[in-house]
Amino acid sequence: MNASSQSIGQSLDRVDGLLKVTGQARYAGEYPEDGLLHGSVVSSKIARGRVLRIDASRALALPGVVAVIDHANRPRIASYDEPYQDADAADGSPFRPLYNDQILYSGQPLALVVAENLELARYAGSLIEIDYEAQDHQTDLAILQNEAHPAPAELPKPRGNFQGEYASAALSVDVSYSTPIEHHNPMEPHASTVLFQPDGSLHIHDKTQGTQNCQAYVQKVFGLEMEQVRVFAAFVGGAFGSGLRPQYQLPLAVMAALALKRSVRVSLTRQQMFTFGYRPRTLQRVQLGAAANGRLLAVAHTAVGQTSRFEDFTEHVVEWSGMLYHCDNVTLTYKLVPLDVYTPLDMRAPGAALGLIGLECAMDELACALAIDPVQLRLINYAERNENEGKPYSSKELRECYAQGAQRFGWDKRNPEPRSMREGRQLVGWGMAGGVWEAMQQKASAKASLDTDGKLTVSSATTDIGTGTYTVMTQIAAESCGVSLENVTFVLGDSSLPTAPLQGGSFTVSSVGTAVQQACEALKEKLLAVARQACPAFSGATLEQVVFVDGQLRLGEASVALAELAQKKRRDAVAGPGHRRTGRKTPGLRHRYPFGGVRRSVGG
Amino acid sequence: MSATLSEATQASFVRHPIRLTLNGQVRELQVLPWTTLLDLLREQLDLVGSKKGCDHGQCGACTVLRDGKRINACLTLAVMCDGAELTTVEGLASDDQLHPMQQAFIKHDAFQCGYCTPGQICSAVGLANEGRAQTRGQISELMSGNLCRCGAYTNIRDAIEEALPLCQQGGDQ
Amino acid sequence: MNPFHYSKPDTVQAAIDLSSPVSRFIAGGTNLLDLMKENLTRPEHLIDITGLPLADLSETPSGGVMIGALVSNADLAWHPWIERRYPLLSQAILAGASPQLRNMASTGGNLLQRTRCYYFYDANVPCNKRQPGSGCPARDGLNRIHAIFGASDQCVATHPSDMCVALAALEAVVHVLGRGGARTIEFADFHRLPGDAPERDNQLADDELVTAIELPAPGFAEHSHYLKIRDRASYAFALVSVAAALELDGPVIRQARLALGGVAHKPWRDRAVESWLNGKTVSRETFTAAADALLQNAEPLEHNGFKVRLARRAIVRALSDAALGVAPQGGQA
Repeated sequence: MNASSQSIGQSLDRVDGLLKVTGQARYAGEYPEDGLLHGSVVSSKIARGRVLRIDASRALALPGVVAVIDHANRPRIASYDEPYQDADAADGSPFRPLYNDQILYSGQPLALVVAENLELARYAGSLIEIDYEAQDHQTDLAILQNEAHPAPAELPKPRGNFQGEYASAALSVDVSYSTPIEHHNPMEPHASTVLFQPDGSLHIHDKTQGTQNCQAYVQKVFGLEMEQVRVFAAFVGGAFGSGLRPQYQLPLAVMAALALKRSVRVSLTRQQMFTFGYRPRTLQRVQLGAAANGRLLAVAHTAVGQTSRFEDFTEHVVEWSGMLYHCDNVTLTYKLVPLDVYTPLDMRAPGAALGLIGLECAMDELACALAIDPVQLRLINYAERNENEGKPYSSKELRECYAQGAQRFGWDKRNPEPRSMREGRQLVGWGMAGGVWEAMQQKASAKASLDTDGKLTVSSATTDIGTGTYTVMTQIAAESCGVSLENVTFVLGDSSLPTAPLQGGSFTVSSVGTAVQQACEALKEKLLAVARQACPAFSGATLEQVVFVDGQLRLGEASVALAELAQKKRRDAVAGPGHRRTGRKTPGLRHRYPFGGVRRSVGG
Repeated sequence: MSATLSEATQASFVRHPIRLTLNGQVRELQVLPWTTLLDLLREQLDLVGSKKGCDHGQCGACTVLRDGKRINACLTLAVMCDGAELTTVEGLASDDQLHPMQQAFIKHDAFQCGYCTPGQICSAVGLANEGRAQTRGQISELMSGNLCRCGAYTNIRDAIEEALPLCQQGGDQ
Repeated sequence: MNPFHYSKPDTVQAAIDLSSPVSRFIAGGTNLLDLMKENLTRPEHLIDITGLPLADLSETPSGGVMIGALVSNADLAWHPWIERRYPLLSQAILAGASPQLRNMASTGGNLLQRTRCYYFYDANVPCNKRQPGSGCPARDGLNRIHAIFGASDQCVATHPSDMCVALAALEAVVHVLGRGGARTIEFADFHRLPGDAPERDNQLADDELVTAIELPAPGFAEHSHYLKIRDRASYAFALVSVAAALELDGPVIRQARLALGGVAHKPWRDRAVESWLNGKTVSRETFTAAADALLQNAEPLEHNGFKVRLARRAIVRALSDAALGVAPQGGQA
C-alpha cells in the first residue's frame, strides 16, 4: 500500500447524512415533472382464476383520468420467458404483469389507472369493476407438504451413514420447527417514476438494488434498445432483498409511459407491499444424534419451503447443518411445494436465516438433553474445515467469538436450569446461537477520475440501500489515492455507470470496493506517468517508490499536487477504469465464510 | 351507472383557499378537500422530505409539526390546516446551521436508508417540545409512533438523548 | 378516498343543521380518514367541527370534570386535573395509539372509532357490520383478536379504545346534541352490543354530535391501575386490557370498578362481580375469585381462548397494582 491510512478504519459520519437529515435526498417516487401522470394499481381479490371482465367506464368518465391499462389493451410485451428472467430470477417462468386473464395469486396487479393527480388515480381505481371466475386455491404449505418435490438446487451429497449412527447414538433429538412468511416491508414503498424524454427514451427513477438489472429487464420486455432506457436509484429507502428483482410497478409504469408518451409515476401502497416476493414459510425437521460426551455423530436436516406455481424459488436453507459443526454422518434434504402464491424472494440472509433457526434450536435442545453448556457443545463440535466440500477456511475466529461473547455477557453467571432466573417480575432466559453466511465476491467495475482541482470522482452502478455504499466507497477511494475525504465523491445508482452486480448477498464492499481500489490503482499509474514526464524529480520513479498522500504525489522530499498533474495532462481529468473479475469460487482456494454468534437475554 | 357526476361530486372538486405558515413562510394555497397535508407537501409543494411510508398513520414517516405538536400528515386534510403553523424537516435548520436534533442524528449515525429519518427527527423535536421524556425508557415509549425497518433504533435513542436537553433549552419549534 | 364536499361551520347548531345521512363530522380524522382511505366509508360531505367551541376542560358543580369533545387525547392525558384526580384515565389514554395520533385525536372521536377486525377492514370479504346480512367471516375464521363476551351470531368484533375502558370504569356521562335537542347518555349505555344490528356501534343518531364527556367526582386516584397487554411493547391494540379502580378503607374494599378492553363490542363490566368485591379484603385470593366469577361466562372462539387465561391473570395483576397504589411504568426498562 503506497498511500497512508487516513480513512479506512476511521469512524466516519455518513457522507450522505446531511441530505438525509434535511429531507433533501430524493427517493424513486420523489422526482417531479410538470404534467407527470400518476398510476394506481388495482389488485386481484382472488388467489386463483380468471378475469372475465374489467369495466373501467366509471373510472374513465372522471375528468382527469387518462387511461386504464389492463391485459386487454396493454402495449406489447415479450411473449416468452427469457426477457423477464432478471439477474435474480428463480427457475421457471417469471411473472408477466398484465399479460393475460390468468390470476395466479391474491393481490396480483390486474389494471393500472392513470390520472392527472394521485387522489384521482386512487379514487378511479376504486371504481373499477372486475368480474372474476374464481377457482379453488391452495396457499397453506402445511396442508400440501406431502406433495413436495425436490428443490432444483445442488445440495451437498449425504456423507457417512446417518441412519445407522443416529439409531445407535447415545442421545438424540428429533425436532420440528416452522418459520412464517416474512415480508421485506422497507420503509419506502416500491415506486417507479418513468420520465419520458423528448427523444422517446426513458429515464426511470426506480426503487431497486440493481439499476442495470432493471434496465436490462425493461429493455428486453419492451423490445427497446439499451440506449433507450436509463435507470436511476440515487437513494433507496431500504430494500432487504425486495429490490433484487424488478417489481411489477416498474413494467406497469413503463407500459403507461410508452402507451401515452408521457411521464408516469406508479407507487405501491403499503398493502401492495405484501403482493410480491417475500421470505417463504418453511417446515423443518432436524435430527441430531450425539455421544454422551457431546460429539455429534449424526445430523439430518430436512426443509420444505413454499414457492409459486410458475417459479421454483430456492435458497440455501440446510447446507449450514453440514458445515457449522464437525460430523461425519450427514444427510440434507430440501423440498418445495408450489402454491397459489407469488414467488418468494431473497430476504436478509436468505435461507441461512431459516436453516440456522432449525439447526441452532436443535443444538440447544441437545445441550439440554446432554446437560452440557450450549457454548461448550459448540466447541466440542467445532469444525476446522468446511466438511460439505472438504476445504479449509481461509481463517476462522469462531472460538474467539464464543469466548468474547461469553465474557461480555457474563455467561458464567447463567443458571442452566429453565425458569431459574428472574429480573423483577419477569422470568429471564439466556441463550446463544451460532451464525454463518457466505463471504462472496462478484464481478464489478468502477471508474475513477481526478479533475484539475484535485477532486476525485469514483463511480459504479451499484446502489446504497442504507448499507453505507456511498460512505464506504468514498473511504476506499480516499485511502487508495491518498486524497482527503472531502475531495472525494462517489457516484452510484445509474445504469450508465460502470457495471456493478446486484447490491445483495453482503458482497458489495468486496466486489465494488475492490473495483474502486483497482480503478484508483490504475488512476495512480496514470498520474505517476504524467509526473515521470513532467517532473524531473519523478523521472523513472516506480509505483512502489512513491507515496500518494494528502492529495499529493511524493518521492522523498519531492512532491507534486495531484491537481497539478491533472492540469499538466491538459485534459479535464485523468481517468482509470477498474475491473474485478474474480467470481464466487476459485478452484483450489480456501473457502470464505464469516461466522458470528448471537446471544439473547429474553424476559417473559 | 350514470357517466355524469352528481352535483355533490362536482362540488368536491372545488378548491378551497387556505392560508398557513409553512417553515416560517406564509403561504396562500388552493386545495381540494381530499388532499392530505402529506400529499400537499409532496405533490404540490415539492417538499418531499416528509415521507409516505404507509399513508395510514401507522409508521410515523410523515410526522411534521403543527403549532409545535407532532402529527401524522397523512391523516390530516390540507383544507383543515387553514391558519396553522407548520414545520417540516426542510424547515428545521436555520440558514447556516442544522437543528441540534439533525446534528445529533448525524453524530450518532441514527439512520441507514434515511427514509424514516425526517419523520424521526420531527417527532423527536415534538417530543422535546412536550418536555415529558426524562429517561431512555420514556424516550423509547414516546417515540413508538416512528418505525425504522433498518433497525437504527439504538442510535436514534442515543441521538435523541443527547439532543433533548439542547432542544429544550432553545425552546425550539 | 372518494371526493367529498367540505364545510366548516362556526356553531354547533350550524353543524347539526348541516348533517345528513351522507355526512360525517370530522375532528382529528385519525379513524375517519383511515376508513375513507380504505373505502370502507364514503361520506359525500365532511363537516369540520374543529372550529366549534368544544375544547374546554372545566370543573363541574358536583366536583367532577367536564371535558369538551374536541380536547385532544394528548391534552386530556396530560392535563394536571386528569393526571392528579383521574390517573386511570391518563394511563389508559397514554397506553393507546402513538404520540402523533394522540395529539390529533379528539375525545369525542375516540368514542366513535370503529373496530379493527381484519374482516371489517377488508372490503373484499363479507361483513355484517359493513353490509348487514352479508355474513361474519370472523366467527369461523381468524378470530384471535375478537370477543369473548357479548358477541352475537352476526358479529364478534371488539371495541379498540383504551380511553373508553377507563371512562367505563369511571362511569363517565356522554353529552350529545342533535336535532331533537340535548341529552346525556351513561357511558355504559353509549356503546352497544352487536346483537342483530352490528352496523350500529353506539346509541348516537346520525344527526347527533358528542359535545362533552363528564367525569363524576370519584377518580379513584389513590388506587387505580390500567393494564394493557398486547403483542408489542407499545403502539398496538389491546389483546386484553383492564381498568381497575378501588376505594379502600385500610385493607377493605368499599367500592370496586373493573372494566375490560379487547374482549367485547364495548368495554366490559360485570356489576355483580364489582358488588361482590365490596366488603372483601384485598388479597390475591379475593382478586382471583373475582376474576373467575367474571370469566365464568366467557365464550371464547377457536383462536382466542388464550384471552380467558390472560384476562384472569390481568385482572388479578391490575387489581393488585391498584390496591398497592403502584405507579404506572413510564416506558421500557
